[in-house]
Amino acid sequence: MKTQKKGGAVKWILITICVIFLAVFLILPLIYILSTAFRDGISSYIKAVTDEYAVKAALLTLKATFFAVVINTIFGLFASWCICKFTFRGKKVLSTFIDLPVTVSPIIAGLIYILTFGRQSFLYPILDDMGIQIIFAVPGIILATIFVTFPFISRELIPVLTAQGTDEEEAAALMGANAFTIFKNITFPHIKWALLYGIVLCAARAMGEFGAVSVLSGHLRGKTNTLPLYIELLYQGYDFTGAFASSSILMIFAIIVLILRVILEQRGKKERG
Amino acid sequence: MRRKKSRSVIPGFGISLGVTLTILSLIVLIPLCSLVVFSAKLSFSDFIRAVTGARVLSSYYVSISTALIASLINAVMGLILAWVLVRYDFPGKRLVDGIIELPFALPTAVAGISLTHLTTTNGWVGSFFYNIFGIKIAYTRIGITAALVFIGIPFVVRAVQPVLEKVDHECEEAAMLLGADPGTTFRKVIFPEILPAMISGFTLAFARSIGEYGSVVFIAGNTPYKTEIAPLMIMAQLQEYDYASATSIALVMLVIAFLILSVNAFLQSMAARRVSGLA
Repeated sequence: MKTQKKGGAVKWILITICVIFLAVFLILPLIYILSTAFRDGISSYIKAVTDEYAVKAALLTLKATFFAVVINTIFGLFASWCICKFTFRGKKVLSTFIDLPVTVSPIIAGLIYILTFGRQSFLYPILDDMGIQIIFAVPGIILATIFVTFPFISRELIPVLTAQGTDEEEAAALMGANAFTIFKNITFPHIKWALLYGIVLCAARAMGEFGAVSVLSGHLRGKTNTLPLYIELLYQGYDFTGAFASSSILMIFAIIVLILRVILEQRGKKERG
Repeated sequence: MRRKKSRSVIPGFGISLGVTLTILSLIVLIPLCSLVVFSAKLSFSDFIRAVTGARVLSSYYVSISTALIASLINAVMGLILAWVLVRYDFPGKRLVDGIIELPFALPTAVAGISLTHLTTTNGWVGSFFYNIFGIKIAYTRIGITAALVFIGIPFVVRAVQPVLEKVDHECEEAAMLLGADPGTTFRKVIFPEILPAMISGFTLAFARSIGEYGSVVFIAGNTPYKTEIAPLMIMAQLQEYDYASATSIALVMLVIAFLILSVNAFLQSMAARRVSGLA
């Protein structure tokens, strides 16, 4: 790191601006969450986070997060392998579609699933006959969560795989290794840390998704309420201690994610030399 | 045939493309198609009525104006943050670098309720602004803008930071030796190089901010014609099961997002041409 020797005053003015900006916009909200969560003492905090509905909401959130991580990991591995190791027509279109879900408003993400599986869809009678309810039920929540976190893992893997190139895989293929062996022994060690970071990021976003899930949830307490929706419910009922206590759980996860990010990035850099 | 097309000795093209396309279709393409199919069924007059209602028009205005102001603030602050992180060493730098991505990791609803409580007229920050300047933040457009600044800041920093790291020190030193002061060096040498990254970060933050819902809906107060955002209008129509109006408003928003991203793509290709033309 090269540091500037000149402009000492400018340096400290800019640093001060940054620190004030970050303190007000990023750190103050975190302090506020904790102080409100604990304002009625530790026992009411514990009561709020172990409330029956809070636990059920947390379990549903974990379930949706689990599915999002599994599906997006499978997708991310295949998609990034496909995009980085082969040349084919339509590759650019493919990557545009993969990145699309992050630019779409979460409300619109919810809307498209309602249009696909809702009452006016031709799929509805078929699914209804089979007794499957997707929108305003748990499957809808899971689908919405997968959608909003869709490119998170492939986006972490693609730059690493592109930088690594295809020479090693080609050599292994010429020596007769099959696809799985090549992936396991050659590609995987390169992308290990990026994959782990992608999973962490995907899990964090999946846990916190609000807009899309809010459209597709039936808002049934204990059944289709995820943790962020449960927080909204408490907040609108003026139970601020409860809302911020539940928020603090998600906040702790967010901080763990940030710490993991720094660790994983360092690991990745070190191994790449 | 597969081999011929991929022209690669690496096996596994067929299966990886197959799995990729299957999951992509199920999660993204088919639902998006149903949006297209459903909007084809809308009558033109209904569409116009749904998207030009006075309340809907003012919600577009609120969404676009607050997103624009917030993204401009983020472009400037993002540049300063990236500059400080790349060029200076100071205690706590690692912490600053790590916390920049908090808005990606913190659930939007959690950010929304805490920013709202901080900025009401008796909140920690809000009372300060209200008592000294008489400015209300929560439940006004200023509040919406503040929430969008929170959401958008990592986009600009993460776009500018890697480019700034690669800026050649030699050009800068040459400019200095030729007698340019630090301000001129920045304007003439460094700024043109990082401008494309800054624009890209700005447009990403802008596109994201227009569609943002979770963090804004609490702080906005949602007063009709004043602080209702466009995603909230879609939500309101959905709650009345008026899917036609919801889809119409959504289509307009998708077109706006698409335009923003296209302008960015165009500017990026111009910038790329300019750089390669010089070199």
